[in-house]
Amino acid sequence: MSNTTSSDTPPSMPSLDLEPEITERLTSRRDALRGAGVWGLGAALASLPLGLGVLAKSAFAQQGIPQQVQDILNFALTLEYLEAEYYTLGMAAPGLIPAAHRPIFDLIRVHEVQHVELLQSVLGGAAVAKPEFDFTAGGAFAPFTDYAQFQVLAQAFEDTGVRAYKGGAAGLAVAPDLLDAGLQIHSVEARHASEVRALRGQSRWIQFADTDVAAIAAVYAGEDNTTHAGIDVTGITNVGPLGVTEAWDEPLGVPEVLEIAGLFIVS
Amino acid sequence: MPLPETQSPDLKLTNRREFLARSAMAGGVIVFAAACSDSRILDPDPDPEAVSFGTGNVAVLNYAYLLEQLEAAFYIMAASNFYDGISTAEQNLLRDLRDHEVAHRDFLATALGGAALPTIEFDFSAVDFGSRTSVLTTARTFEDLGVSAYNGAGRLFTTDTEGAALLTIAGKIVSVEARHAAAVRSAISSDPQAFAGSDVVDTTHALDVLRRPPEVLAAAAPFVVTALDPSGIPTA
Repeated sequence: MSNTTSSDTPPSMPSLDLEPEITERLTSRRDALRGAGVWGLGAALASLPLGLGVLAKSAFAQQGIPQQVQDILNFALTLEYLEAEYYTLGMAAPGLIPAAHRPIFDLIRVHEVQHVELLQSVLGGAAVAKPEFDFTAGGAFAPFTDYAQFQVLAQAFEDTGVRAYKGGAAGLAVAPDLLDAGLQIHSVEARHASEVRALRGQSRWIQFADTDVAAIAAVYAGEDNTTHAGIDVTGITNVGPLGVTEAWDEPLGVPEVLEIAGLFIVS
Repeated sequence: MPLPETQSPDLKLTNRREFLARSAMAGGVIVFAAACSDSRILDPDPDPEAVSFGTGNVAVLNYAYLLEQLEAAFYIMAASNFYDGISTAEQNLLRDLRDHEVAHRDFLATALGGAALPTIEFDFSAVDFGSRTSVLTTARTFEDLGVSAYNGAGRLFTTDTEGAALLTIAGKIVSVEARHAAAVRSAISSDPQAFAGSDVVDTTHALDVLRRPPEVLAAAAPFVVTALDPSGIPTA
């Protein structure tokens, strides 16, 4: 899809939630637009969500999805399989997740299942099969009987997912529609990560390369980087080093992600 | 990272015409731009004083720089004069958001160097900084808008090495904006699912909101005083 602005139909999602005064100003603009037969702010949302068919077929109907892009999407699919199965099993484990937290993990579960379905649909016959997972990592963890451990691994999976999508984004640039979708998944994973960290009483933003649980330290390796585009940000701002490391999340390469996820993949 | 200097002023009008023509072919953007004739940002009769975003990757970075300036200016005000009865946790939240957005702003200014937009003047008179609801709903709007803007800007970078590097850097920032969005949304809603609610994450494919620059600039326009000429921002 070349853009998302051309529609006279109301958006499928609510428009921005703005202050009353701002809303008033925008509403008067919207009324003016109605006279011209167009719908203004928020029209971009009209064509969301992206149609599966559009993603899968529009750009690559002739030659298929480039191998490099397929590889990235299959890598993403593997991580989504892992997350989807993890939350499905967690929600099904009797007495594991307290009632107050079940809506949170259920929403995350739904999102991960939908990400699996989206990636499978885009990849078609090229989609990898779901691996066999062992969320005890050979007996090291007991996430489905110990809620604290369940939360720790959820945090690890979400923060790893954020890093993995970030690492894959540049490789999707040759397929702009898929890059759009990849970025739209990436920020959802970051919303999940933020919430799971807060549930655990942790900072929602990653501080240096810190973790309160040594077992998941590999997830945060390199998160203390403060240099971007060759600029050490600590040298050009009054914000202290802690704030600077919080303000940027770091990508992770495929080998590093596999080292983390591989602990839980049997075959 | 070396970035090209911004375009010379006499190229602006030509590029703007091309921008509008291409947008029209792409379908609908021209209608949208014309419809926003009351917007200072998308004025179809460009102010000769309007500051240009430049073109190409510079324009995309300046687009991000505008949004980071907006957020930083807002949180500097919100964190320097807290609303009545603010909790310690929310004081810390607003200070953290301020620090992160200031760091993003300062980084982009340095990366852009001489091609950077000037310091933009904002008008936050629509925000009641004494009201928790006003401050936090505005924060939610800005964070969700920022997430959608970065999501929609990724494909606007060039596909060469420079563009790939900038795309990755934008990715490093957008996930922090999404962490912010979840934080603010959880703070102001009693809905435990607000952090990724169905108003921002679609219920079929679980994709976050994505907006292209015309929509984002129109949403930001009520807060922007400085006249801007965004015609050099690449189209999707």
